[in-house]
Amino acid sequence: MSEEKKFRWVGTRPIRPDGIDKVTGRANYGADFALPDMLWGKVLRSPHAHARIQSIDLERAKALAGVHAVMTAEDLPDLFAEAAKSNGGHDGFNDLAHNVMARGRVLYHGHAIAAVAATSSAIASQALELIDVEYEPLPHVLDIASAIASDATLVHEDRVTQGVEGAGLSNVANRVQLGHGDPAEGFDLADEVIEREFTTRPVHQGYIEPHACLAQTTPDGRVTLWSSSQGHFMVRDYTAKLLDIDLSLVKVIPAEIGGGFGGKTTVYLEPLAVVLSRKSGRSVKMVMSREEVFRASGPTLGTRIKLKLGATSEGVFTAGEATLHYEGGAFGGSSVMAGCMTIFAPYAFPHVRSTGYDVMVNKPKGAAYRAPGAPMAAFALETVIDEMAERLEVDPVDLRLRNAAKEGTLASFGPRYRRVGCVETLEALRDHPHYSAPLGPHQGRGVAVGFWFNAGLQSSAGVNLNPDGTVTVLSGNPDIGGSRASLALMTAEEFGIEYERVEVVIADTQSIGYTDVTGGSRVTFATGMAVIEAAADVRRQLCERAAVVWEVDAERVVWEDGEARLKGESDQAPLTLAELAQNAGRTGGPISGRAALTARGVGMGFGAHICDVEVDPETGRVEVIRYTAVQDAGRAIHPSYVEGQMQGGAVQGIGWALNEEYVFDSDGKLENPGFLDYRIPVASDVPMIDTVIVEVPNPKHPYGVRGVGEVPIVAPIPAVVNAVYAATGVRFRDLPLSPPKVLAGLDGESAA
Amino acid sequence: MARVVLPQALAPRAGGLLEHEVEGRNVRALLAALDARFPGLGAELEGRVAVAIDGEIYNDPLLEAVEPDSEVHFLPRVGGG
Amino acid sequence: MKRHITATIDGEAREFLCDEDQTLLDALRDVLLKTGTKEGCGTGDCGACSVTVDGRLVCACLVLAAEVEGARVETVEGIAQEGVLHPLQRRFLEQAALQCGVCTPGFLVAAKSLLEKNPDPSEKEVRFWLAGNLCRCTGYDKIIRSVLDAAADLRGESG
Repeated sequence: MSEEKKFRWVGTRPIRPDGIDKVTGRANYGADFALPDMLWGKVLRSPHAHARIQSIDLERAKALAGVHAVMTAEDLPDLFAEAAKSNGGHDGFNDLAHNVMARGRVLYHGHAIAAVAATSSAIASQALELIDVEYEPLPHVLDIASAIASDATLVHEDRVTQGVEGAGLSNVANRVQLGHGDPAEGFDLADEVIEREFTTRPVHQGYIEPHACLAQTTPDGRVTLWSSSQGHFMVRDYTAKLLDIDLSLVKVIPAEIGGGFGGKTTVYLEPLAVVLSRKSGRSVKMVMSREEVFRASGPTLGTRIKLKLGATSEGVFTAGEATLHYEGGAFGGSSVMAGCMTIFAPYAFPHVRSTGYDVMVNKPKGAAYRAPGAPMAAFALETVIDEMAERLEVDPVDLRLRNAAKEGTLASFGPRYRRVGCVETLEALRDHPHYSAPLGPHQGRGVAVGFWFNAGLQSSAGVNLNPDGTVTVLSGNPDIGGSRASLALMTAEEFGIEYERVEVVIADTQSIGYTDVTGGSRVTFATGMAVIEAAADVRRQLCERAAVVWEVDAERVVWEDGEARLKGESDQAPLTLAELAQNAGRTGGPISGRAALTARGVGMGFGAHICDVEVDPETGRVEVIRYTAVQDAGRAIHPSYVEGQMQGGAVQGIGWALNEEYVFDSDGKLENPGFLDYRIPVASDVPMIDTVIVEVPNPKHPYGVRGVGEVPIVAPIPAVVNAVYAATGVRFRDLPLSPPKVLAGLDGESAA
Repeated sequence: MARVVLPQALAPRAGGLLEHEVEGRNVRALLAALDARFPGLGAELEGRVAVAIDGEIYNDPLLEAVEPDSEVHFLPRVGGG
Repeated sequence: MKRHITATIDGEAREFLCDEDQTLLDALRDVLLKTGTKEGCGTGDCGACSVTVDGRLVCACLVLAAEVEGARVETVEGIAQEGVLHPLQRRFLEQAALQCGVCTPGFLVAAKSLLEKNPDPSEKEVRFWLAGNLCRCTGYDKIIRSVLDAAADLRGESG
């Protein structure tokens, strides 16, 4: 089907509809809104990693001139304690409520404990210093080994492990296990078995725009929020849930979003801004500082993975087994499930098992980060495969190709794969000139594969036909990387009209039906599907209107090349979209279409990356000198933005591999909450990132689209680490590969 | 009858077996049938998991149709970033 | 005590009041309501608030508003002249050099400043000049290409 389809717009690279606003400074992001009566809200945060709050005295802060409201957890309803109690202490909304404002105890350095609203940002800061808090510091737990020890300090005093019969109180929030066959049997069949252990540190999504919102409330309980997030319906639902407000009373207007990468799929400030607005009777704006972003939002946390791989001398994998411990921060909820599901996913295994533990520690509550859980898992598997290839004396790409998942392969996470592009992606990588290019001294090349599921979820779309024949599309997904362009391209394709005649609007929560977050690589796939369906609705109406004009049965009218045509022999001149739009009033009224769906038929995504590095033997500095990312996009709607996802994901992964890590001191205080000391890659750190888009169409999508946003961050870590091995002969198994660590490795000190 | 595959962690609750032949036109019916065979198991599954029916993953699967020859896998739910 | 400041901002004579310790960034955004200039860190590490003061490229979060008395301040909002995009803006759009776009104002100001000093920079020179501007979305590839192509446009070398 879609393979035969000829496209006019899909696959072209026009300018995005919101582009002009974003190159001229006109686009409004979260912190760019203001109201005449506005106050500035700020949050007081815990200086301790773990402490009991003995008292909070707000009187001095309240007395400061210019302060209009002060709040603590006492001002938030405590709605979920019972639900948590009946579930071993675990309840997602209870955790969220206790994360936005600490209740009783602070659980990490940076945990919110009070907030103020004042007439200026400076006065609000001053008021925070006047809040007197008495703490009783408690012992804290910061790493996996101490958190799972039998005599561990408990992060929560009332939580039992889910997924384990008869479990007692523990820092392990959850245990999960999946796989098929019997790994022991599989390892018996192997000629070579390699078992290794890997560790990674907490890293932050590192979006450039800090969290920000503006809240306005009315005495009758209505709430309006301007907010930068990956989903304004998520902001509405979470804020309403935490504050016990009817959803219909909360209107969230989406700001442009300055990056999210998963980290803006939850709320931090919005419930506080609403409470402060209610207490003061004024609108309240809150913007996190960069330090707050690092200390209290985001990160994905540390992991420890033990992995065992067996293969025959012919290079056929016989078994894989892994034990994954992921820190979930102060409330659990790590991405360890996804780690377990993805770790062996790119390959066929007759026997495979992964066991995961979600571990609570006194660090910030973890948030989703692009392909959550998968990059750390790929780091383990893909470097062990590299070692296996060396031991078997086969080419690392050939070894992967021999075992690559294809249609019908029983996936390690359960079901059989449908049509996937793992093989095609690896073949494109093998055939790329980069793979066989010569290397110089101190240089090495690594390859790796990355996998992510991609998500479907719920989307709504509206398509309104304007009287002049232009089209307005309504979407409920914040545009984080060009989705207005991809939705406009698909709309132009559906109608056969010029791309420039389509405008895409990101509608607020009262103007479009419910739509899940911009996340899980789903917008072009799922919301695109809704837009295509809404456009089909409009096309059907256009055919009916043409039938009215021609006084024929609607079945005799077809839509072709942007116009209604009468089937069979006819002298009737076709009616264009513009003609039908102009006459809509006399053929039945305005024409608009809508669609609301739970998107089915997600196409799973594979990528394969090649990385060349040069390692300075004097300093241990690793420089990425050439990089190529290959990925199956199913169908690239706007190839430039698909490439952009691949390039951005690659560099984000390079940063994770080489530089980025949270550094905590022994008191559990974050020592590097700023871009100077938490160093994300800058332009001079990286080369051009070459891209190859493979298109194995997703048979379940009208255009063949697969999600593309998350896959690109999965392969870079192992690609870089394998390249460093090729350059140095040292296998590193602890991230990041910062110069001191590499230098020590070269000196043979810590070659794990 | 559909072939149902449970998560490994739940095998002890289902007579130690991962795979079961179960009759039902949709996921809700499969869960009811499993629950009749292993009391409590259906409720446990319903609250927590996603389902893959013939390779396609559904996060909110209760009313999804199941064919007589379908392969149904219960999995943890995953979202994305 | 508020300070009274007179400055030329994006080609326009402006007068405004600011606090003694208010940054130029806060004055631009909160007093003059010119929110095109973004704050990513407030500590001079991300470059999102890049502006020029009398032609010198600075982070507006590290300059006090009071320091721009009598100066010429240029922000992203003044780059397009009379509704016509600068070649840098055009190239950024054509080559998809932005995804979320929040770093874009800073990159455009910094890149324009580079091309005024060095009309024919090498890739390496562009990468090092822009090393103070963080972008988390693009991996820099399309930004660097756009700047190199805009430089060629300005030299009249490209079609």
